[in-house]
Amino acid sequence: MRHLTPTRFALTLALLGGLLVLVSIVALVVGPSGIGMAEVVAALVDAEGAGPGVDIVRGIRLPRVVVAALVGASLATSGVIFQALLRNPLADPFVLGVSGGAALGGIAVLAVGSAFGLGYGAVPVAAFAGCLVTTLLLYLIAGRGSRVSATGLLLTGVVFNAFASAAIVFMASLAGMLESGRIFVWLIGNLSSARVDLWPWLAGFLALGIACALPLARGLNALALGEQTAEQLGVSTERDKRLLVVATSLMVGAAVSAAGLVGFVGLIIPHLLRLVVGPDHRLLVPASALGGAAFLVVCDTLARTLLGGRELPVGAITALVGGPLFLYLLRRSSGRVFAGGAAEGAGR
Amino acid sequence: MTRDEVLSFDDVALRLGDHDVLRGVTFSVGRGEVVGLLGRNGAGKTSLIRLATRHLSPGAGAVRLRGRRVDDMSRRDLARALATVPQDVHVPFSFLAGEVVLMGRMPHQGGFGFETPADLEIARDAMARVGVAGLADRPIDELSGGERQLVLFARALAQRPEWLLLDEPTAFLDLRHRMDVLEVVRRFAAAGGAALVVSHDFSLAARVCDRIVVLAEGRVLADGAPRDVLSPEVVEAGFGMAVHVLDAPDGRPVVVPRFDG
Repeated sequence: MRHLTPTRFALTLALLGGLLVLVSIVALVVGPSGIGMAEVVAALVDAEGAGPGVDIVRGIRLPRVVVAALVGASLATSGVIFQALLRNPLADPFVLGVSGGAALGGIAVLAVGSAFGLGYGAVPVAAFAGCLVTTLLLYLIAGRGSRVSATGLLLTGVVFNAFASAAIVFMASLAGMLESGRIFVWLIGNLSSARVDLWPWLAGFLALGIACALPLARGLNALALGEQTAEQLGVSTERDKRLLVVATSLMVGAAVSAAGLVGFVGLIIPHLLRLVVGPDHRLLVPASALGGAAFLVVCDTLARTLLGGRELPVGAITALVGGPLFLYLLRRSSGRVFAGGAAEGAGR
Repeated sequence: MTRDEVLSFDDVALRLGDHDVLRGVTFSVGRGEVVGLLGRNGAGKTSLIRLATRHLSPGAGAVRLRGRRVDDMSRRDLARALATVPQDVHVPFSFLAGEVVLMGRMPHQGGFGFETPADLEIARDAMARVGVAGLADRPIDELSGGERQLVLFARALAQRPEWLLLDEPTAFLDLRHRMDVLEVVRRFAAAGGAALVVSHDFSLAARVCDRIVVLAEGRVLADGAPRDVLSPEVVEAGFGMAVHVLDAPDGRPVVVPRFDG
């Protein structure tokens, strides 16, 4: 009988961790400046190391790889938690409009915040608030009581995304930000101008999110059998939901503040990993964090190098992969997905 | 039957919206007993189960487990004493049937919850008892409705509860599996457990239940041995339907609708 053993748990995470290290090293080596392995090693381990190559690795590439890994991990972890809470494999912070809410919050501060004495530092806070408000709105609009209809949820996400994009462009044009192109960073997701200074926030919220989700992972498993059955197995679903909604909002808020609207990571990674490691959230949550980190590091390396000298926004790459996958998942599971939570106990 | 060995509904009233679902329901389920709960759609059968599992709180009266109000118990303590098999459940992820049965061990596990050999043994035993041992490595979302129901039933047994609350446990099962499940319920009670079974099948309830409780208009219309409860008068009062009550060769009552004209 398949079950989670400490060996399988440790081995899977070690392999994924190794993968993350491997792709990170490749990301440090690859680039237009022709930096070799020796310089990368010198930059990483030799405190005395110096030279233009070492400076590029330390000053530019390493921070970017770290932020890519943290953003990818945050988005994938949030995605897997959303999917478990909403009992729907199509849930994702981007698809549901939660990332859009974060971007709206951040842009609002950038565009009109100065009038209220809010500076650059308030952006992550506003992004977090935007996340939280959007998530609560989702529950309010799409879910009456505890039963959240999948159709209502996805439609709400789509509409909210459209609304958030329009509001973002509107505010940006008021503030004269359209011309500078900075707005583009928010809307498509980009790591070339990422807020590297936010990495302690990213790391902290990611650690907090995983620390919240791991002890509740068995409860997330039970939630697959329906909220009532989960409660009947001793899970305090309402408390867990509140805790995890706040934790995911912090992670998504930080990720969007740092890199803008990088889409679909939270959809692609949990789906792929479920195929490989199974749906048990005790393993799937930490595996998604590592897998999401490795995935975004790879995507960002592609974004930097695919077109030679010119950079692609990393959000364009994740969307090119994620869009078709979303459609495939929708098609494969239509009917089942849309039965969603509604199939749970109709009698009284 | 001592008071500390029963699940008791003591004058329970419940109002949902502007509808009085239950208006003072009193009965109990003691160890060793299988009690059938009959009543029309909307009579409040599932509400009673939700009151026992704390998904609903009574407006008046109390549900007590060994004399303790369930509303005062922790979810975990309640989960060790009571298990339910829900009506049909959609499972959104491809958990294997064996993993689903192992979830029944949750209330007994500590910490991160790596399964112990004892947990695995209990889960295997539960699957064997229900006759689904062969499904352990099949994804739950690829099983038929009936197979899924049996796996969820095994999951409830793996919880090792003292009381089993079954809400139309046999709704998706063929006759053979229906009898198998009810046989497992009988054995569960014979081994010192107790079961409350919501059903729409009078004859089946008469076969397996020691007692039958009929709900109507939010009250207990009848409570007693199947032979005494399943009279044409009670069924007509409870369900608004004229019936014949016949005798099966083994002496148990069989209820069939009466067609006039």
